Amino acid sequence: MAVAIEVTDISKQFRLYNEKHTSLKERVIHGGKMPFTPFWALRDVNVEINQGETFGILGRNGCGKSTLLKCVAGILKPTTGEIKVRGSLAAMLELGAGFQPDLSGRDNIYLNGSLLGLSRADITKRFDDIVAFAELEEFIDNQVKFYSSGMYVRLGFAVAVNVEPDVLLVDEVLAVGDAAFQRKCLDHVKKFQREGRTIVVVSHGADTIRQNCARAMVMNHGKVITVDEPGEAIRVYLADLLGVGTLEGSESGGIQGNVLAIGAVLAEHGGSGLRGHMYPGESLTVTAELDSLAPVPNAMATIAIHDDQNELVFASDPDDPACAIEVPEGGGIVRFLFPDVPLLDGTYSVSVGVRSATETAIYDWKDQVTKFEVANPGRATGRVRLPLDVSFHLRSTGMTGEVPAVGAEFAPLALPGWEESTA
Amino acid sequence: MSLGIDKPAASEPDQVSSIGGSTRFVPGQSHDRITIVNGKVQLGQRLKDLWINRDLLMLLVRTELKVKYKDSVLGYAWSMLNPALVLTIYYVVFKIIARNHQPNFAIWLFAGLLVWNLFNGAAMGATSVVVGKAGIVKKVAFPRELLALSVVGVAMVLFAIQVVVLIAAMLLFGITPAWSFIAILPLALIALIVFTGALSIFLSAVNVYLRDTQHLTEVLLMAWFWGTSIVYTYGTIFLSGYQKNHPALKWMQYVYLVNPITPIAMTFQRAIYGKTQYSYLQPGSAAGTKPTIYHVLPTWGVGTYAGLLGAVLVVSIGLFLLALIVFGRLEGNFAEEL
Repeated sequence: MAVAIEVTDISKQFRLYNEKHTSLKERVIHGGKMPFTPFWALRDVNVEINQGETFGILGRNGCGKSTLLKCVAGILKPTTGEIKVRGSLAAMLELGAGFQPDLSGRDNIYLNGSLLGLSRADITKRFDDIVAFAELEEFIDNQVKFYSSGMYVRLGFAVAVNVEPDVLLVDEVLAVGDAAFQRKCLDHVKKFQREGRTIVVVSHGADTIRQNCARAMVMNHGKVITVDEPGEAIRVYLADLLGVGTLEGSESGGIQGNVLAIGAVLAEHGGSGLRGHMYPGESLTVTAELDSLAPVPNAMATIAIHDDQNELVFASDPDDPACAIEVPEGGGIVRFLFPDVPLLDGTYSVSVGVRSATETAIYDWKDQVTKFEVANPGRATGRVRLPLDVSFHLRSTGMTGEVPAVGAEFAPLALPGWEESTA
Repeated sequence: MSLGIDKPAASEPDQVSSIGGSTRFVPGQSHDRITIVNGKVQLGQRLKDLWINRDLLMLLVRTELKVKYKDSVLGYAWSMLNPALVLTIYYVVFKIIARNHQPNFAIWLFAGLLVWNLFNGAAMGATSVVVGKAGIVKKVAFPRELLALSVVGVAMVLFAIQVVVLIAAMLLFGITPAWSFIAILPLALIALIVFTGALSIFLSAVNVYLRDTQHLTEVLLMAWFWGTSIVYTYGTIFLSGYQKNHPALKWMQYVYLVNPITPIAMTFQRAIYGKTQYSYLQPGSAAGTKPTIYHVLPTWGVGTYAGLLGAVLVVSIGLFLLALIVFGRLEGNFAEEL
């Protein structure tokens, strides 16, 4: 398999000026010298991206991923090192970057297409496709400044993808337009993949990378952390992003005047002890130490799980009899067991509380006291991994033997002979 | 993994080209073409890129013109208004107020201003063009010299419009040009365009790093204008002036001609104005007084003018290549500086 992009020892130094003197007067006054701090946006980056591969680059803001993309595109020149690109290339760093608001959509297609490297004849050939893709047939002769922002990016995307490059660089622009248009964009990306074109996607959205990429690279402080399969790369990225040692215990203060107080809370997963993160479907045990000054016979243990956006994922039923506990004087340990955690990727925080079963009193509540992390080795995306069973059936009546796994709702409609054969 | 659509035949050799900084890919070329991005400036590749992207250059010029006169009632007439006003002012000041007795002075002025307007308009516009188009420069990879050259292109279009007006004026006033010199005008124009292009490319890049280049350019161009024989004649200083035999002037003459715009403007004046001298008799002079002969231009032959222009062209080509190298070096950090 040929290499489409070969990045060899690329470093890029930016100068961070303490005070920038862009006028001649200031330069003369300061003797032409400007104090600056060298900043390495990229440091000895080496990577090979294969032809036909969809490659993701992950990293938090300022990690150098966009700088790398700009170097590959030739917008920035690397300080040292060399990049070899095989075939034609188009970069989508910003949609509609070269648009002139005063010109019509038609003129802007020609201008933008030329900037992306198409000849006049090429654009004329593709013109109708571009307009159709952008769904702007009626407005193509209107000035672009009268376009809505959606129309604007649609036109930008339509021009960029119709350049049909061998290598396409995309910088977090896949999510443009309404749902229908987004779908069209993704379809187009899939088509590019089928055609064996190389795509490099820069994103900090783990889902985009997981769904589209064959491999992904994680960057931090201008350096390559890892190049791996998307699942593993995303796990490394999330760990880096959140700066957490994945599963961790937490200590907190003891009794605070109340009868009952929660001490240390610990979350442990049922997988291999060496792994910091858990996989979906593994068990999770949360243990919380309870200290009590007096016996509390009618206590209810509650637990809540929030995601990294601080959205509530789960809170236990406050009246669930399974949560009732009887705490003797001196306290003990309460253990919450989730035998099968269906959550997909993310870092989740755990809150634990104890309240009275009979009154509204809350003895203690530890808000987001510990965290656990789930990393999905597969390619399903979303919030939860729902149990799923898929089967396929012919519509004809002659089918025997195979029992559909899907419910009765489906059966009478699609399989008229089904009831007979099972009867 | 690769499905092999659009793949060229295996026998096709890799075409390797090396690009300093600017990566330019041209669809339709071999899919195995390898482009190398590194910190070096490859002059040959830059020139090749400019040629490959000539369509884009034309489009940038058209865009610039379209945007400039969009939504204005008079449209392209505006492009004439400024030069017309300048011409009128100089005419009033020199011909009427200062009582210059040169016949057809307006045509003389027009010939010189034609050259100057192209040069001045391009140099001024180009200085701010890269900074002004930061949006594209930061987000799209293309040979950015084209931005500076597009400004030169716009100036050339305006030049063409002015030429039409000049021809109309010459027909109206019955001015006969010096046809043998008209023949070397293309050479003068090419030299002018190459020199203007070189300066424009240089200024557009420097201004990104040193923003008051813009103001400095404005001032220097003003001095440059008065240092070129446009509103006065070359002859006034070196041929007919009362100090014309001063030995210092002999040397001054060479210094004066080092300014590349001077020979170009002089060629235009020689061709369009058509004369090198005129005679003038002071009104109220005693009968029988011979009119005084005033020289406006040297009586050199076509060959001498062509030789001067050739020298200017050679130097300009050198400067153009130098400007491309400087631009290439500075271009690498445009996206970061803007």
